[in-house]
Amino acid sequence: MKIKGGYEMKKRLVSVLLAAAVIAGTLAGCGSEPKQSSNADTNADAGNAEGASNAEDVDTAGEEEGKIINIYCWNNEFRERVELVYSEVKETSADGTVTTLNDGTEIHWIINPNQDGVYQQKLDEALLNQANAADDDKVDIFLSETDYVNKYTDAEADVAMPLTELGINPDTDLADQYSFTKVTASDMNGVQRGSTWQCCPGLLVYRRDIAKDVFGTDDPEEIGAKVKDWDTMKATAEELKAKGYYTFASYADTFRLYGNSIDAPWVAEGDTAIKVDQKIMNWVNDSKEWLDAGYFDPTVKGQWNADWNQAMGSASKVFAFLFPAWGIDFTLSPNWDGESGAWAVTNPPQEYNWGGSYVHACKGTDNPQHVKDIILAVTANKDNLLKISKEKTDFTNTQSSMREAAADDANFSSEFLGGQNPFKYFAPVAENIVIAPLSAYDQGCVELIQNTFGDYFQGNVDYDKAKANFETAIKERYPEISEVVWPD
Amino acid sequence: MRSKGKKVNYAKWGYIFIFPFFASFFIFSFIPLMDTIRYSFYEYYRSGIKEIGPNFIGIENYLNLLKSDMLKYAENTLILWIIGFIPQIVIALVLAEWFVDARLKIHGTQFFKVVIYLPNLIMASAFAMLFFTLFSTSGPINAILMSLGWIKAPIDFMGSILGTRALVGLMNFLMWFGNTTIMLMAAIMGISPDIFEASEIDGCNSVQRFFKITLPLIRPILAYTLINSIIGGLQMFDVPQILTNGQGNPDRTSMTLIMFLNSHLKSKNYGMAGALSVYLFIVSAVLCFVVYRMINNEDLNGAKTVAKKNGR
Repeated sequence: MKIKGGYEMKKRLVSVLLAAAVIAGTLAGCGSEPKQSSNADTNADAGNAEGASNAEDVDTAGEEEGKIINIYCWNNEFRERVELVYSEVKETSADGTVTTLNDGTEIHWIINPNQDGVYQQKLDEALLNQANAADDDKVDIFLSETDYVNKYTDAEADVAMPLTELGINPDTDLADQYSFTKVTASDMNGVQRGSTWQCCPGLLVYRRDIAKDVFGTDDPEEIGAKVKDWDTMKATAEELKAKGYYTFASYADTFRLYGNSIDAPWVAEGDTAIKVDQKIMNWVNDSKEWLDAGYFDPTVKGQWNADWNQAMGSASKVFAFLFPAWGIDFTLSPNWDGESGAWAVTNPPQEYNWGGSYVHACKGTDNPQHVKDIILAVTANKDNLLKISKEKTDFTNTQSSMREAAADDANFSSEFLGGQNPFKYFAPVAENIVIAPLSAYDQGCVELIQNTFGDYFQGNVDYDKAKANFETAIKERYPEISEVVWPD
Repeated sequence: MRSKGKKVNYAKWGYIFIFPFFASFFIFSFIPLMDTIRYSFYEYYRSGIKEIGPNFIGIENYLNLLKSDMLKYAENTLILWIIGFIPQIVIALVLAEWFVDARLKIHGTQFFKVVIYLPNLIMASAFAMLFFTLFSTSGPINAILMSLGWIKAPIDFMGSILGTRALVGLMNFLMWFGNTTIMLMAAIMGISPDIFEASEIDGCNSVQRFFKITLPLIRPILAYTLINSIIGGLQMFDVPQILTNGQGNPDRTSMTLIMFLNSHLKSKNYGMAGALSVYLFIVSAVLCFVVYRMINNEDLNGAKTVAKKNGR
């Protein structure tokens, strides 16, 4: 027999537990549901509102295109450019998931973060279901980054439509593009399967106030002379250190300069061994030396994290970043909390390109006409691209317009860069870019080598252990990789 | 005859009512489980967007796993679990004892019970994200410590093995000690107050009472909590995954078994992941069997002794 108090207690306990379980259930539900349902809701809302007013237009247009264009991408970058230059765009819903065109067709933006391979996972799922999906659920356009563009333009995989099938002739319609961007977007038979609006020559972006403090000038020409190659750069880094500044935020910042100028692909066509290039090992050795010497901010580990973002703020002691145009526009500018005009660009210690988002038409699209229009509008039309350059400071993919931009200080000076015209520095770098040979494994290799050697830089493991860790991690990521060959 | 027939009819309803569970269990749990086991004998993964396999390769996946760092990850998992479990069980025991003890007259026990349970309601991933920000090198914890003058340079919590493991342990402790407290309270309240009264009359002090009466009598529930926590610990994933960005830094020392499983799933390596799952399944099954034996034997004995003492 239990006394009444105890029994009462237990009952209360049970009710508390039940309540907790219910709350936990609802919370768990909240976590996963909105992604799907909010899409559906907003789509439905937008659909109702638009459907009523635009029903006529669609009928008169009389095309047999689907009403929904699904675009897979990893952030808002492409959406903002489409909104800017595609003349058919009418409006975008407040949450940015649906853009309505003048004829009532809706663009649905399916956004998944790039990090950790999430974007590719989701995209791969969608592509494998492409054949069985209902017309309105089919992927129509997807984007890929230089790191893994190869995976999708693969001729055998055949998921990205050759541009000629869309009615775009790369030789005439895209004649003005930088040729290396066309090579990157082609499969091994030379069939172009994607197109890009941007071309990503990288520059050195530095803080004017720090430059004045240390060197007594913030003039891009003079600073450019101080960072023109790695040896000069090192002497400059020593000067910065003497005044208590860091040259770069992290060892990952310099990676692209080495990593995108490798001589041979990470994995040769048809091979299963990863060949680590000597340039990568140079990066490892130089980074260790620089970090130990105090030229990097030791609290910043890698890129794309909160510490790195903070290093771009006004309280940071970091002198410079190595960024292509999108980095200045999309990463540096949002993280900068001081007044605009505090940064300036100059030539990097080594010419490099970094990234570039390719736009692909997906095999099996039910909106080929729209897809073609969008690709042409965003990646081939000189005026449009010039407009993107003007509004978004992207370095865009038409050679003639970029030469104009480089000379046109009045229109292309950037407020963020204190009135400097960055195109003057971008253009020469772009013309000299030789893109590093690509393989389908680039992204995993780049991500994992930075990560495993990060431990080495911070002194957690020795050099050989870092190598072993890379081998373990890469084989986990890509089971078909049989061995890793290190340079002597 | 008639009445007998009716009885059989009633039993039928029982089966009908439990049928949906078995049907859904069969479709959503049993078939995938069998598939996992089947694929563990195949080479089956995706390269780019091309599928490789499935090709039957016998137990090669199992052998490869033994050759890999799997045992090291098992050790990591165990260490991370212990760091969280020890403070969890100690604090939970103390709190449960205090909350139940009527003579301490703690006010607002209901309130505290809810509060200590709250961390469990937050999603583990959100919790890990929060800690990641709080404890980052330029985060608020370092800022506070520095402004208090306790440290000169910021501590790189996530850069050291001890720091990362301690953070994971701390999070698991915070998330689960409330749950354990409530479970142990229920166990302690299940002990007949007569025993406590009798012990008091015999001059037993509170420490003796705790070690000689409370602890032995709640042993079955303690064992249950322990095994349950081990099984939960085996599946530890979201906290270290988010905290270390899926890499198990530094030097893969906070890589747990399920994170290892997850990194196989990145390449959709169903074969290897299946083999790993089977290993985990076997370990969990053994543990379940142990707890089952423990509860069935010891609980019965415990209940019997209590019943005897109550019997008078």
